[in-house]
Amino acid sequence: MSEHEITLTVNGEKHELRVEARTLLVEALREELGYTGANVGCETGRCGACTVRVDGDALKSCTRFAVQADGAEIETVEGLSEEGELSGLQASFKRNHGLQCGFCTPGMLLTAGTFLEDAEDPSRAEIREAIEGNLCRCTGYHNIVDAVEQVATDGGGESL
Amino acid sequence: MSDAAEGGGVGEPDDAEGVFGSGVERREDIPLLTGEGDYTADVSRPGMAHLAIRRSDHAHARIVDIDTSEAEAMEGVAAVYTGEDVVDSGVPNSIPTAWMLPGLVTPQYRILATDKVRHEGSGVAAVVAESPQRARDALDRIDVEYEELDQVTEPVEAVEKDVPPVHEEAEDNVAFDFELGDEEAVEEAFADADHVASVDLRQPRIVPNAMEPRAAVAEWEDRTEKLRVWMTSQNPHLHRMLLSAGTLGVPENRIEVIAPEVGGGFGSKIYHYPDEAVTAWCSMQLGRPVKWRASRQEGYVTDCHGRDHDTTAEIALDDDGTVRGVRAETHAGLGAQLSQFGTATPSYLYATVLSGQYTVPAIHCRVVGAFTNTTPVDAYRGAGRAEGIYVIERLMDVGARAVGMDPAEFRRKNLVQPEEFPYESAAALVYDSGEYERAMDKALEHVGYEDLRERQERLREEGRYLGIGVANFVESAGLSPSGLAGDLGSQAGGWESSIVRFDSTGTLTVMAGTADQGQGHRTTYAQIAAEELGVDLEDIEVIEGDTDRIPQGMGTYGSRSASVGGGAIARAAREVRSKAREIAEHQLEASSEDVVFDDGTFHIEGAPDRSLHIQEIAHEAYLGHDLPEGMDPGLEETNFYDPENFTYPFGTHVAVVEVDPETGETSIEEYVAVDDCGEVINPMIVEGQVHGGIAQGIGAALYEGAAYGDDGTLETRRMDEYAVPHATQLPDFETDNTVTPSPHNPLGVKGVGESATIAAAPAVVSAVVDALEPFDIEHLDMPITPETVWRALGGAE
Repeated sequence: MSEHEITLTVNGEKHELRVEARTLLVEALREELGYTGANVGCETGRCGACTVRVDGDALKSCTRFAVQADGAEIETVEGLSEEGELSGLQASFKRNHGLQCGFCTPGMLLTAGTFLEDAEDPSRAEIREAIEGNLCRCTGYHNIVDAVEQVATDGGGESL
Repeated sequence: MSDAAEGGGVGEPDDAEGVFGSGVERREDIPLLTGEGDYTADVSRPGMAHLAIRRSDHAHARIVDIDTSEAEAMEGVAAVYTGEDVVDSGVPNSIPTAWMLPGLVTPQYRILATDKVRHEGSGVAAVVAESPQRARDALDRIDVEYEELDQVTEPVEAVEKDVPPVHEEAEDNVAFDFELGDEEAVEEAFADADHVASVDLRQPRIVPNAMEPRAAVAEWEDRTEKLRVWMTSQNPHLHRMLLSAGTLGVPENRIEVIAPEVGGGFGSKIYHYPDEAVTAWCSMQLGRPVKWRASRQEGYVTDCHGRDHDTTAEIALDDDGTVRGVRAETHAGLGAQLSQFGTATPSYLYATVLSGQYTVPAIHCRVVGAFTNTTPVDAYRGAGRAEGIYVIERLMDVGARAVGMDPAEFRRKNLVQPEEFPYESAAALVYDSGEYERAMDKALEHVGYEDLRERQERLREEGRYLGIGVANFVESAGLSPSGLAGDLGSQAGGWESSIVRFDSTGTLTVMAGTADQGQGHRTTYAQIAAEELGVDLEDIEVIEGDTDRIPQGMGTYGSRSASVGGGAIARAAREVRSKAREIAEHQLEASSEDVVFDDGTFHIEGAPDRSLHIQEIAHEAYLGHDLPEGMDPGLEETNFYDPENFTYPFGTHVAVVEVDPETGETSIEEYVAVDDCGEVINPMIVEGQVHGGIAQGIGAALYEGAAYGDDGTLETRRMDEYAVPHATQLPDFETDNTVTPSPHNPLGVKGVGESATIAAAPAVVSAVVDALEPFDIEHLDMPITPETVWRALGGAE
């Protein structure tokens, strides 16, 4: 199996690593670099638990090989809060009980946060569409929509 | 009289503004929001190897030969094992059932198959390698030769004549033939009744799909001969016991099971599966830590499924709408092996709720439990009660039509009345308390029931089809008392255990034998302890999910954590308070009647300056310098709480849908849930449980349902083939509640984890069928997809 030298900048920190060509981005993040916040829920791009941001776009990191992300700026859930202070969206999830088991939460935060950057006064239906690719089995989504809506409406500080 | 005996009022003695009952934000959230929380798959140990399991692609086949030589020779492969290796190691190698029924056939259930594979996904060999990728690579190099056998996947078909047996011990594929109720009384009721209405229904298999796949990390330490297992568990103590007595034979006191963050369960993480035992066994063979993590596809064929019932049910009625009797005959698919509660779920947990919220003078139910060549079936959120309430609620709909009554009015007419509690149903349960009509009225008011019926009429004239579905439910929660459960066949206790301990500096530690998978136990348990002992939430630590830190427990299932686990915490806290009171009386030199306890402080009545806070008393208790004569130092109590009855949460859910007869599509316009779970510890968390429960009920009603192909393999094996609902497939939910305390629970709570799943499926099905009444549709089976509707309306003709 051929190996490749790649560079990934994760939450502002630059990492050089060797990966097999078949190593998925989520595997590189979790197993090689220790960013275990992104979770593996399906390996088929359906559940969204592994969503991270790659060069600003929300992306399911099981759908890319690590070599494809060579040189990219990656943002994971670990980079959302600064010095222990929750981001506006994280705090809104907490306030609105937008998480239960928490397994989908990192991906949900990255997807919703990316959506909120460009969304203007989104309706609840638009929020639901935005998070459609992220599955949650605990909350029934109602409180997640509340949490996102509250940030969209009140500002709630920076979303991500 | 000690405080522990002073009645059971919430917030007792006099704290009206307590944290019990308030929606405090969850202490669980920050690690989960920041990615710092560790799930089992995040656990890493020095020198850890990785396990992958070769699984059967066949539903039913004899294993002729397994050649592992090529896999063993691969670089980076530490070992390859087969079922014969496990047998040769001499471990007990037996996954037991936890619920016996009369005449039950209990076939051998090994952790890796030896002679035959009986369902797709059954493990036949294990590879341990230096990386998960390498382990998976090696799976393909194992050569398994099978002789395929005929298979059967449907429970009705399985027990017909001349069907190949899944197990030689059960040639007719019947695991049990269960009966409950009074058959003679039912026959009389049906003979005398003015009307009989019936329904044939199928409750399809549900794949639980907790977002976190199952996983285990096992670490055998040669030096101490101790086994430590991190695993996705709803009940680490039960897993400790079953790993010890069932599969591995390691003494129970040398096993530690740790359930770290657990990403949802819904029943699927209760059971002792082969895979976690294989992980631990491999670690014991190799003397190094081993990690296994299921892929989602493995989860689809190995996580216990739910439901799988085929039922014919009938209801006998008088002209005025009085229910005279109910009977049901069900074939329940158990899968290829008996999972721990796979026998209890379709028998006692099912047949005993067939009375629903109604006075049904005569009930009889027969359940044939069938072995099939499928993934084992066990409890999934709502377990048994969801299936039973679905049957009675479908019968209430067809019954209402048979006597020409409005379905809500027909239900109301037959409700058990508040003054009848405790109410003994004809299905062998004694409901603890309930005020059914109050919750039902509230739900109907929320949707504006009368106006909706008028709107429905108007829309029908325009060719639009609105449907209103009303579902009443009551469930038996808690799965205790132990004695009763034992009489019915349970091989486990129904108690829960807690330790409440003041530390010497005055902080409080609460240890609970339950195990959270997202319910927020650490938050609600802290609220209970804060209320009982008058200690600030910040001073309370709650510990769960580690058998070395919490000596005993039963775990989290059956909506039992708040009622049974919370009950144990409240009782232990009251005992702590009672001992603290004795110390206070001694040090304040006052007699019992003069000392009052108020928000954490003992003081002399009328002299509030002569006081001691309970946290100061904790310090005194550990100093031991000045305690009442004969009192032992320390301030901690252990409680084993075994309730005197189940608790009976109830409520009414109403779904309003519009069905498009052209496309068959159903859209949910409005969903209202009114739940009564007794006293509410944290309304925010209770609402969250209701939301999630509704989502799973709607999922079952409209989207989900596992299907097997003609070759006995699962057709719905991936998330793009099995519809776990997306955000756009669910509506906003409107929730409300009533409070009818459980009279026998120390906190008055009833539990809420499963309620909404039980209610939502019948509410939505009822709504769709109601919408299609003009087309003479009386019933549609779940999942009601557009295709289901289209076919029912003759689209296929």
